[in-house]
Amino acid sequence: MSNYLGNYSLYIALIASVYLIFKSYLDANSENKYLDKNFILITSIQTIMITVSFFSLVAAFVISDFSNETVFNNSHTLKPLFYKVSGTWGNHEGSLLLWLFVLSIFLFIFLLNSRSQDTKYKLLTILFQQVIISGFLVFILLTSNPFKTLYPIPSEGLGLNPILQDPALAIHPPILYLGYVGTSIIFSASLASMISGNIGDKWARHIKKWVLVSWVFLTIGILLGSIWAYYELGWGGFWFWDPVENVSLMPWFCLTALLHTVIVLQKRNSFKEWTIILSITTFSLSMSGTFLVRSGILNSIHTFANDPSRGLFILSFLFILILMSILIFFFNQNKISNAAKENFILSKETAILVNNWFMMFFLSVVLVGTIYPIFLEVLNGSKISVGPPFYHNLLIPFLIPFLIFMSFGPSLKWIKDKLKKFNYNILIIFLVSLLISYVILTKTENSFLLSIPLIVLSIYLLLVTIKDFFVSRSSISQKISHFGFSLLITSILLNGLFSNEFNSNMKVGDERIFNENVVKLKEVNVTDVDNYKSLKASFEVTNKNSSFALYPEVRIYQQPLTITSEADIKTTLFSDNFLVFNILKDDGYYNVRYQYKPLMIWIWISTIFIGFGGLLSVIRKNEQKY
Amino acid sequence: MSKNIKFLGLLLTLIIIFIILLKGLNVSKDYSNEKLKSKIDFSLNAKKLFSDEIINISDLFDKNSSSVVNIWASWCAPCREEHQFLMKLKDMNINIIGINYKDSPKNAKIFLSSLGNPYSEVIIDNDGTKSIEFGAIGVPETFIISGKTNEIIKKYIGPLTRENLIEIKNLLKKNA
Repeated sequence: MSNYLGNYSLYIALIASVYLIFKSYLDANSENKYLDKNFILITSIQTIMITVSFFSLVAAFVISDFSNETVFNNSHTLKPLFYKVSGTWGNHEGSLLLWLFVLSIFLFIFLLNSRSQDTKYKLLTILFQQVIISGFLVFILLTSNPFKTLYPIPSEGLGLNPILQDPALAIHPPILYLGYVGTSIIFSASLASMISGNIGDKWARHIKKWVLVSWVFLTIGILLGSIWAYYELGWGGFWFWDPVENVSLMPWFCLTALLHTVIVLQKRNSFKEWTIILSITTFSLSMSGTFLVRSGILNSIHTFANDPSRGLFILSFLFILILMSILIFFFNQNKISNAAKENFILSKETAILVNNWFMMFFLSVVLVGTIYPIFLEVLNGSKISVGPPFYHNLLIPFLIPFLIFMSFGPSLKWIKDKLKKFNYNILIIFLVSLLISYVILTKTENSFLLSIPLIVLSIYLLLVTIKDFFVSRSSISQKISHFGFSLLITSILLNGLFSNEFNSNMKVGDERIFNENVVKLKEVNVTDVDNYKSLKASFEVTNKNSSFALYPEVRIYQQPLTITSEADIKTTLFSDNFLVFNILKDDGYYNVRYQYKPLMIWIWISTIFIGFGGLLSVIRKNEQKY
Repeated sequence: MSKNIKFLGLLLTLIIIFIILLKGLNVSKDYSNEKLKSKIDFSLNAKKLFSDEIINISDLFDKNSSSVVNIWASWCAPCREEHQFLMKLKDMNINIIGINYKDSPKNAKIFLSSLGNPYSEVIIDNDGTKSIEFGAIGVPETFIISGKTNEIIKKYIGPLTRENLIEIKNLLKKNA
C-alpha cells in the first residue's frame, strides 16, 4: 500500500515539476507584474506529494514492510525504532528521496520568504529549482526507485549495516543534505538574478540568509560525520582525508568564501561576478559530491552501490547544469553593472578578497587530491592513493600567512583604513602568545620546525579573537565564529603535536605501561543485548594520583553477521583517553589500541562555536547594521 | 583575452573533464593481479568433502548457467568474514562450489556446521594443486565461471563484500 502511495506521488510531483518549468519559463518572458496564484498552489501540491512519498518510505521502514525491496535490504524487525527510521536514509534510494524532500521543502520556504522580491526573479528561481527537482525525480524513478516491490514477501529483512547504527550518523545525512540542498537555492537564485539583472545590495541581503543557513547546516553536518568517525569507526582521529569527507569539505570552503563575499556585495555593491561564480561553484561541488559518492567511482566506506548507470545519469545531469550556468553567465555578463569603484589595499574588501584566495587555494588542494587518482587511473591505468601527507604538506605551510591575515583582516574598516600608530596591545598579546608557545613547546620532543610559528600564531590569533569580543565593532556572530575557528586551529595543532598511542596484544590480567600510566586488562564479559552479542572488556588505567576505568566493547551482530568495535573514550576538558580492542583468535589474546589525545573535545566545541555564530546571524535581525 | 575565448576555453575544459569522468565510471573496479586463466581444465578429479566420493569436477558445473567457485579454509579469518555473503548468495539460489584449501576435513565440517553451508558441493584440495589449476594464489578467492564456455568471467581476490554481491548477481544474470 505505502509502496503505491509513495511511487505514484513521485509521478504526480514530476508532472507538477514539468508544468512549473513551462509555466515559469513562459511567465518569465511575459511582463506579468504578479506571481500567478497557481505557482504557490502547484508548488504546494508538489511539496505535499514528495512529503507523502518520503513519509510512506519512513512508514514502510517503521512497520518493517518487507514487500518493499529497500526496506528488505536495509532493515530488520529486531532493530530499535530509532534506527528503523534512520534506516530510511541509510541507503542509496532512501537518501536520494531525502535529497528530493529537502529540495522541495526549501523551494517552498523560499517562495514564502521572498514575497518582496521582483516577480521575474522569483519565476526564474522557480524555473531553475524545478529543473533540479525534475532531474532528481527522473533519476529516482529511473535508476533508484525506493518503492520497488518484492513478491513473495520475505519474512525478515537483511538488516542495516551496524556501523551505521549510531545517533550521530542517524542525523548526519539529513543535516548535511540541508546544507547541500541549501546551496541549490543559492545557485538558482544567483542564475535568476543574473538574468533579471537585480544583483546588488538588496539581493545580497536576501540571499545572505540562505548562504548562512546552508553554511551552518554544512558545518554541523561535517562535524557530526567527524564525530561519528571518531566514536564509532574507532579510527582514533577526527579527519582522515577520505574522498567522501573531502567532497563535503570542498563546498564548505567555497561556501565560506561566498559567505564573506556576499557581505561585500551587501555593503559595497561590488564583487558581483565573483559572487555569482562562487554560487555556481558551490552548488556544482555539492552535486559533484553526490556524483562521486553515489556513482561508485570512488572506493570508500561511504560507497553505497556500484552501478554505472546511476553514475552516468548524475554525471550528465551535473554537466548539463554546469553548462547551463556557464551559458547564462556569459550571455548575461553585460547586465552586471560594475560601477568602477576605487579599491584600497588596506580595507575590509581586500581582506575578504585575501580570505577568498586562501579558501580557493585550500579548495584546489583538496580537489586535486580527491580527483587526481581518478584522472590518473583513466589516463594511464595506474592506481595511486592520496593520503594525509599530501594534504598536510600542501595545506599546513599556508596556514601561517592565513593565520596572520585573519588576525587583523576582520578589524579593518570598509573602503579605506589607515595604518594606525603602533598598537601596544597587539605587541603585548604577541609576547604573551610567544611565552605560552614556549612553555608548550618545551613539553614536546617534536622538533618539526613549522610547528613553532604555527603554535605561536594560532595562540596569537586565539588571543586576538578573544580581545575582539571587548573592543571590535564587528558583529557578535562574526566574533563567535572567528573565535571558534581560531580555537579549532589551536586545538587541532596541539592535538596533533601531543597525541600518542600504543598498540599491543594483551590477555586478561596483563599490564602495559604507557605515558607513566599502567594500563591493565581486568576482565572481559560476554552478554546478549537486543540484536547483538556484546564482549565488554574492563580496563583500569592507573597513574600516580588517580585511576579510571575504560570499558571498550566488541559487538557481534547477527543480522547481518558483522563485528564492530566500540571504543571507550574517557573525555575530560584536557584530553581524551581512547581505548579500542579487537578479537584476535580464540587463544585469549586481544589486540588493544590505546591513544592519548589532548584537547579532543575542543575540536567539537570550537566547531559548534563556528556554527553557532552563523546561526546567530540568521536569527538576529539587527545584524544588518554591521 | 576576449570573452569568447574564455568561454570556449572553459567549455573545452569541461568537456575534457566530462570525458575523463565518463571513462572513470567504466574503469573496472575488479582488481586481479594477474591475467585470468582463460579456461578451466575440467578433466580434474577431486574428492568430495562430505562423501569421500571421487568425481570429475565438470559434473559440478551446470552447463546452462554460470557458477561461483569459492576457495576457502577453516583456518582463514577473512573466509569467516566473507561467509555471511556466501550465505546470502546461496539464498539468491546461486550455485556455489567450494574448494576446501589445505584444511583438515574435520575442521572444515565444524566450520560449515557452525556458520552454515552455502555450497552445493565442497571438494577437497589438501595439497593446494586444484586451486592452482584455477589460478588462485591464496584464500579466500572467488571465481565466476561460465558453464557454457568454461571461462573465468571474473575473479575476486580476498574476502567478498556486500557490494560484490550485487555485482555477482548482475554478472551471473548477464552470463546466464
